[in-house]
Amino acid sequence: MKKIKAADFIFVTFFLLALGFYIFSYGWIVSAQQIINGLQKGSMYALIALGYTLVYGIIKLINFAHGDVFMVGVYIPYFVANIFMNQGLQLPLWLALVVAMVGCLLLNMLIEAIAYRPLRDKPRLTMLITSIGVSLFLENFLALDPHHVPFPINYLVFGPQFRAFPTLLKEKAYPLFKGVMVSNIKIMNLVIALLVMIILEYIVKKTKMGKAMRAVSFDMDVAKLMGININKVIAFTFALGGALAGCAGVLFGLTYGVLQSPYLGLWPGIVAFVAAVVGGIGNIPGAMLGGFLMGIIETLALSINSNLGYGVTFLLLIVVLLVKPTGLLGSPYTEKI
Amino acid sequence: MKEVSGKKVSYVYFYIGLIITGLVISFLGRFQILSRYYLQIFMFMCINIIMTVSLNLINGFTGEFSIGHAAFMAIGAYTSCIFTTILFSSSKWPPYYQIPFFLISILIGGFASFALGYIIGLPILRLKGDYLAIVTLALVEVMRSAIKLSDELAGLFQRMHLTRLSQIIQQIGGPRGLSSVPGFTNIFWTVFFTILTVFIINRLLNSSYGRVWLALRDDDIAAEMMGVNISFYKNLSFAIAGFWAGVGGGLYAHILRYIHADNFNFIKSIEYLVYLYLGGMSSIWGSIIAAGSLTFLLELLRIVNMQQWRLVIYPLILIIIMIKKPEGLFKRDF
Repeated sequence: MKKIKAADFIFVTFFLLALGFYIFSYGWIVSAQQIINGLQKGSMYALIALGYTLVYGIIKLINFAHGDVFMVGVYIPYFVANIFMNQGLQLPLWLALVVAMVGCLLLNMLIEAIAYRPLRDKPRLTMLITSIGVSLFLENFLALDPHHVPFPINYLVFGPQFRAFPTLLKEKAYPLFKGVMVSNIKIMNLVIALLVMIILEYIVKKTKMGKAMRAVSFDMDVAKLMGININKVIAFTFALGGALAGCAGVLFGLTYGVLQSPYLGLWPGIVAFVAAVVGGIGNIPGAMLGGFLMGIIETLALSINSNLGYGVTFLLLIVVLLVKPTGLLGSPYTEKI
Repeated sequence: MKEVSGKKVSYVYFYIGLIITGLVISFLGRFQILSRYYLQIFMFMCINIIMTVSLNLINGFTGEFSIGHAAFMAIGAYTSCIFTTILFSSSKWPPYYQIPFFLISILIGGFASFALGYIIGLPILRLKGDYLAIVTLALVEVMRSAIKLSDELAGLFQRMHLTRLSQIIQQIGGPRGLSSVPGFTNIFWTVFFTILTVFIINRLLNSSYGRVWLALRDDDIAAEMMGVNISFYKNLSFAIAGFWAGVGGGLYAHILRYIHADNFNFIKSIEYLVYLYLGGMSSIWGSIIAAGSLTFLLELLRIVNMQQWRLVIYPLILIIIMIKKPEGLFKRDF
């Protein structure tokens, strides 16, 4: 236990040192602005990371396809908003959230039923490889050009082109202090993320299904013996993860306002995975903390150099896995090492 | 016991077959019956066989799980190109200097990958299973972003007044890619290195080293109880597989004549994973046949103008194999 605490200390010290160095070289005002931007990004990452953590907690699977479920969550409100716009209507934000969450929930349950359920009693690596396959399939299939594929498929695929996300919320910027700006979208992102996290915490801690989830996560075989319907619990977990990813998708649309291509889920998915590992995979508050932390770290690194931000995330992953594989808030018992 | 030690798989038919195919194809190419495109497909088939067989050494025979093979390929490709393109402008030399020089730079690329595999293996091979998978994935991405950062490194050296070093690193190209690589790779060298890879890996697997690797795959705790130095042997298998991946990368770079960090991304690793799992883990014949035939079959999509389906078919094959036949098409050798 003592060794783990030392690793914690080193990690936090390094983070503070890096932050101090950044503030020293870029000044207070830039740093404060970047941290606020980082919190906006972090709320998105935290929601995706929660999906990773929930699934890992239940069936010990690193669900690579989660980033792509998030990507579908960005595209669904885009298409629905377009339908609304053709009728001359404006899609309200709450409806966009509901549509994205329900769509991603169904997609994630479908993926679980088709790809992961037949593999549940096989070695764990087969499920991991399948999830990599599902991820690549979703990306590459949805990126097919609708003009070049035969009839029934061209209504399913999104196409590789850039699209502009419709404005669900008009951006208004408020000065906070000394030129540091806060916009209503940034506040809205944080509020939505925190609200969804509170609801999740309620579901996991207070409801009967949450109790069943915690039981399955603790010991699947014993939970089965106690009469818990494993399939139902696992499907419910995937549904929860999917809904969180859909919510994050709407936040992505609000933040960036542009849909690059169906590959856009890859990078947030990987960062969110790193966030889940940093916070301690399988641990819900850990994923939230890790998400906000990764948002801030990535924003700061990206503001120094665009290629650096890319490498820092992965370096952090390697360092955390080697020094402290249980993460910041994870339980000390792992079978990994 | 008998099953492990008694069986010897020989690849003589493969060597002879590959040599004959190579001769026929280069003969047809010489007389313009086959265009350069087909020769290139044949060379890519050979390189994919090298990569898949060497990946099989890590994933199949040692029982680790790595999806970082593209990182080794990148190191081999870039190192050999630094020698042939940047340090020496070898494309202007007479041919009988070029050939041994090309051979040496390919091998140097291989040894750079070997060193990387050994050094990287020291910390990360403590991890197992899905965690190792993720760290190797991260390795690919770190390598890619490190290559893209080479311009910044050159600027740093410039400020430290190391002008010559800075110029060399500047030429690696970072996000622009490294162009005007001499096209030294031909059918002879790809066939030569493919046969060498299969031969050496097969001989290693039949040696005492191979026994240890198989023991590690079957039960590493029991192997440790027998007095095997686990981390050394795991590192060694990682490094040797890295060596051949580096050789493959060097050959690949000298076919394409232009390399870019994005060539060696995560998808590249997945490609080899698909070949490996389709052929079957722990089966060299499986790797050879799956890599060769799938490379060819997926090129056929280009002819029927469906090449955008290529990247859809790879993951689909992977999912279907995993659900229906996770042990692959071919039986284990050992």
